[in-house]
Amino acid sequence: MKIEEQPTTVIAVAHLIGRVEQFRKGGFRLVQMNATQVGDEFEINYSFEKDYRFENLRLIIPAETEVPSISGMYWGAFVYENEMHDLFGIAVKGMNIDFNGNFIRTKVRYPFRNPTFQGEGPCQRK
Amino acid sequence: MSKKIVVPFGPQHPVLPEPIHLDLVLEDETVIDVVPSIGYIHRGLETLVAKREFTEYVYVAERTCGICSFIHGMTYCQGVEQIMDLEIPARAHYLRTIWSEYSRLHSHLLWLGLFADAMGFENLFMNSWRLREFVLDVLEETTGGRVIQGSCKVGGVRRDISDEKLAAMAGDLKSFETELSDLSEVFLHDDSLKSRLVGVGTLSRTDAYDLGAAGPVARGSGVAIDLRKTGYAAYRELRFEPATESAGDCYARCAVRIRELFSSIDLIRQAVEKMPEGEIEVKLKGMPDGEYFSRSEQPRGELVHYLKGNGTKHLVRSRIRTPTLTNVPSLVKMLQGCELADVPVIVLSIDPCIGCMER
Repeated sequence: MKIEEQPTTVIAVAHLIGRVEQFRKGGFRLVQMNATQVGDEFEINYSFEKDYRFENLRLIIPAETEVPSISGMYWGAFVYENEMHDLFGIAVKGMNIDFNGNFIRTKVRYPFRNPTFQGEGPCQRK
Repeated sequence: MSKKIVVPFGPQHPVLPEPIHLDLVLEDETVIDVVPSIGYIHRGLETLVAKREFTEYVYVAERTCGICSFIHGMTYCQGVEQIMDLEIPARAHYLRTIWSEYSRLHSHLLWLGLFADAMGFENLFMNSWRLREFVLDVLEETTGGRVIQGSCKVGGVRRDISDEKLAAMAGDLKSFETELSDLSEVFLHDDSLKSRLVGVGTLSRTDAYDLGAAGPVARGSGVAIDLRKTGYAAYRELRFEPATESAGDCYARCAVRIRELFSSIDLIRQAVEKMPEGEIEVKLKGMPDGEYFSRSEQPRGELVHYLKGNGTKHLVRSRIRTPTLTNVPSLVKMLQGCELADVPVIVLSIDPCIGCMER
C-alpha cells in the first residue's frame, strides 16, 4: 500500500520560476531540493507540500546548465542550492546567500559529480 | 550609530557537541545578522549506495545519526519497500513504531539534558540523562544495541519482542512517566529557566512555514505538521495529535518536546495493546526499480530519504534530507535581533544534529 501519492512534473528550466511561484502562491512549503546525476545529465527535484499533499517539480538538464535560484520566493532554499553547487557543481544563479563554494567544505571539488572511492578497506575489495 | 563587529561562534563551542560555525554580526550586544557555515565533518555517506547493495545500505543509513539511527534505518527500508511495492507484516509495522517512539524518548531526553547544561543547570542535566538510561536499556534489551539498533531490514524487522516483554515494557512506563512528570515540572515552571527561555529566539508562525521549519521548531511556532499523520508504519492505526505551541520562542520549543515525550509513551502503550500476531518479515523478490521520497518524523522533524533504483542491486541515488538542514534558515531568522548571551540557548533550541546534517 502506498503511503502517499507523490506526483512529479518534468518542466523546462525556463518554466521553473513560474511554476515555483504557483506553489508559493498556493501556500505550499518547500520540503527539499536534490540533484541526481543520470549519465551526463542532472535531475533536480523540487519538493513541495501542503496539508500533507506532496508534489515535485523536476528539471532534467545537461551538466553545465545554469539554473535560476528560487531563494527569492523560498528564502530558505539557499541551503539546498549551495549544497547542490558544492557537491555536484551545479551553477545556481541569483542565490540570496551565495557561499561561493564554501557552504560545505570538501577536500575534493564537487565530490558527488562522478564520485571516486579512494582509500577503501579490505571489506570493500571482496 | 554603533559600530558593527563580527563575532565568530563555533565551530568549537562549549554548547556544541558537533561543529557548526556562525558569523554573528553585532551592533553592541545585539545580533543583527547571521551567516551560517557547515561542512566541517561532511562524510559523503550518500555516495556509498554505489558500493553497497540495497539490502546492505540500511547499515549505512542507520549510521547517519547516532541519536535517531533507528528512524534513519526505518525510513530507508520503508522507501525501498515502497519502490518494490512490498507489503510488510503488520507486526513489523508495530515493532518499528515502538522502536521509533523509544528513539524519540531517548533523543528528547538527551536534548533536555544538553539544554539544561547549556543554561548551567547541571542537576537537571544529570536527571534528564538518568531517565534516558531507562530508554536506552529497553532499546538494548529488545534490539541488542543502545545507540545503533540494527533491527530494521528491507522487508520487515530482524527481531521480535515477546508478548511478555511487551507487557513488561508497558508496565515499566508507569514509573518512568511519573519521574518524567517531575522533571517536566522543573523545565516548564522553574523561574530561572523561564527567564532564559520565554520570549527568547522567537520565530513567528509565518516565518516557520515560509522557511520550511520542521519538527518541534515548526510546531513550537504553531505549525501543526507531523509526518506521523501521513500514516506510515503503524501510525495510521494509532491515535495522537501533534503537540503544538504558539509562542514560537525557546520555551515553546522546549514545551513541545516535553509534550511529545508523553505522547510517545501513549503511542507505545497503544502499539503494545494493539500488537498483531504474525510474521515479522517477508522475503524479497527482485530489485528496486523506481523512485520514492520516503518521509518520516524524526525527533528533530521531517526526515526525507530520496531513493532511486534502476533494477540492479545498487541504488542509483540516496539523498538524505535531515531536519537540521532545513531548520538552518529558521535558526538564522530567530537569531536576528537577539542578545549575544542568548545565542547558545537559541542554537540549542533547534536541537541541532550536525552529524545528521553532514551525512
